[in-house]
Amino acid sequence: MEPLTTWEIIGRVLYQFSSVWVALILLFSLSVAFKRRLGLYGKLFDSPIGMIGFGLVMFWVFVGIFGAMDLIVTHDPLSQVSGMKNKVPGTPVRGAEEGEYAWYLLGGDNLARDVFSRMVSGAWIVVQIAPLATLFAFMVGITLGLPAGYYGGRLDTFLSFLANLILAFPVILLFYLLVTPEIVATGVPNYMAAVLFIFPIVFIGVLLNSRYYTRPNFRTPLLIGVLGVAIWLYLALISTSGYVVNNGDVAIPGLPSVLDPFDIPGGILVVFVSVVFVNSPTVFRIVRGLALDIKTRDYVAAAQTRGEGPWYIMLWEILPNARGPLIVDFCLRIGYTTILLGTLGFFGLGLPPESPDWGSTINEGRKLLSIYLHPALPPALALLSLVLGLNLLADGLREESLKD
Amino acid sequence: MGLFILRRFGVMLLTALCLTFVVFFLTNLYPNLEKLAKTQGNQRMSDEQVANWLENRGYSQPLLVKYGQWLGVAPGFTNTLSDGQVVGSCIRPGVDPENIPTFCGVLQGEWGQSTVFKDDVGAIVSKRLGNTGYLMFWVLVLMIPSALIVGVLAGMKEGSFLDRSLSTFSIITTATPEYVSGVIFIAIFTSSTVGLKWFKGTATSAMDNPTFENFFLPVLTISLYGMGYIARMTRASMTEVMTAQYIRTARLKGVSFPNIVMKHALRNALIAPFTVIMLQFPWLLNGVVIVETLFNYKGFGWALVQAAGNNDIQLLLAISVVSVFVVLFTQLISDIGYVYLNPRIRIS
Repeated sequence: MEPLTTWEIIGRVLYQFSSVWVALILLFSLSVAFKRRLGLYGKLFDSPIGMIGFGLVMFWVFVGIFGAMDLIVTHDPLSQVSGMKNKVPGTPVRGAEEGEYAWYLLGGDNLARDVFSRMVSGAWIVVQIAPLATLFAFMVGITLGLPAGYYGGRLDTFLSFLANLILAFPVILLFYLLVTPEIVATGVPNYMAAVLFIFPIVFIGVLLNSRYYTRPNFRTPLLIGVLGVAIWLYLALISTSGYVVNNGDVAIPGLPSVLDPFDIPGGILVVFVSVVFVNSPTVFRIVRGLALDIKTRDYVAAAQTRGEGPWYIMLWEILPNARGPLIVDFCLRIGYTTILLGTLGFFGLGLPPESPDWGSTINEGRKLLSIYLHPALPPALALLSLVLGLNLLADGLREESLKD
Repeated sequence: MGLFILRRFGVMLLTALCLTFVVFFLTNLYPNLEKLAKTQGNQRMSDEQVANWLENRGYSQPLLVKYGQWLGVAPGFTNTLSDGQVVGSCIRPGVDPENIPTFCGVLQGEWGQSTVFKDDVGAIVSKRLGNTGYLMFWVLVLMIPSALIVGVLAGMKEGSFLDRSLSTFSIITTATPEYVSGVIFIAIFTSSTVGLKWFKGTATSAMDNPTFENFFLPVLTISLYGMGYIARMTRASMTEVMTAQYIRTARLKGVSFPNIVMKHALRNALIAPFTVIMLQFPWLLNGVVIVETLFNYKGFGWALVQAAGNNDIQLLLAISVVSVFVVLFTQLISDIGYVYLNPRIRIS
């Protein structure tokens, strides 16, 4: 078997992504066709920058999803093939059997694993964690930031002090303190998860209650249903095999394993929690600032005169009017979260060392960087393009939301 | 103004106290102490031996007592081991056991002993901080002027080709974290197989003998990430100034375009970036940790990684105190500078 030439490698990589191209073309043609009916999302397709950004982001989202569905990866990202250590891109796999992919498209890393497949699987890790962690950070930031801005006074002073306290920590020091096997063993991340994950439930509960409390017949069943599911998910999220914390000294029973549909490995949970923890103070500050600004508007005064409750005003008058900057910041923050995840991987914190996430792969590749370039460059460029896409998307959204 | 600064200093102290306590709490959790005992004593110690080791060296005292000792408000711990060796928080090598001070904490100017480097924490931190200070100095020298120039050039004529290309450049730099740009630079400029071989891939030799060849890449890597953000802020404030009434008046009077930019717009446009530059310091601190690890430059960030990786409690505490003060101090300077630069705020 001959090694592939550069053009053949490019062609074959593009061909491996064919499912992604189909999905992208479908998404773009549908969105452009119906863009007038799609609100802010549709307006995105009027701005070239926003479209490029959206395209880059959706490319990696589809790569992540289809990669997890086994449509793109050529080899198992964790399996090592003998004789493929540090081989250059396009090297044929030694002794490839029938049905196996015959080349390492982007070469092998220092443990003879396929760089291309690892990059694709790394996308799935980012796509799973980054948006969800950002969403949680937003829930925490909004639930605390709205009352801080709206009420002001002591509550504001206290919460702002806490937020500044966390922001004064260098992020990497915080990661080194929180994301170590020793700390995972003490159960500190589990306690933090138990506290942080309450905020989305509080948020949803207050949101629905403040809107429908005048119609108890509708509100009560709605709240019971929604909060029931939310609390079940919450308990399932924080408990592993029947316990919230179980480290020999302390054992707090959680949801019994029968009702627990998924277990989150300790490594992922601690990464998730620390990323949410680092991001939420910044969101808090943004929301607080917006609430301070918007609470002086006339429609808030009108709602107050009408006799609406404070939470109704915060969640149904102030929050919808703050959505523009918040959506833009959401995009930027997903990018920042991606960078943080990469940082964690780069320092070898949290995720297991063989994990194919981009940060860990860059960290492993950099050790031999002066001799072999190919293991470190693909994940580095992947991370760069995803974050760039999110930045461009945020720029496009900002431009379009300022137009009206 | 004096009262304002005084209050800020009070908040700063309170923040530093809270943060060091959090660091203290996390580093003194039992699994961390166990790791410390095993790295300092013997990897194969049994649980009982670990407990004994910790007990003998005063690590098993209540948390608040230990924190008080570190601060210097509680008397230091001393104990004589069975083999006659005297151990304790105030023991320094070469000091006679009779002359041990009762209090030895931060308030007495004693930062403790590093368990990794076997040296005085104060000395380590000041030495490493010196290395990083040198790095930071060149980062600022490179970053601030280039960011301001890019921002001003882009903001002069909104929507022009120059604006578009410079804005794209600054977006790309903000989207490239240090560990990505560093890897790309090393690949392009230093690789021994392909590439340009212009620079060196490590900065280890730059600690004694910094040259352009071994020092430029780390500086460039840190500056690029911060630069894009400052440039975008400068551009935003420049475009805002350029649409102001007095600029239009100057134009209509017939002032030439370079004169308008240099004499009328620039000063007002540089107020906002000043605060942004100051608030960039905490981010630069992160960049320093990453770049020092990547280029193997033994500075403050490198010491942070070593201390945190080995649970070196007292070194870690000193490092967090220093970084907290850097963060809060730059915030203070940015607030004061903003008031000073902007006469409108000073009067109202």
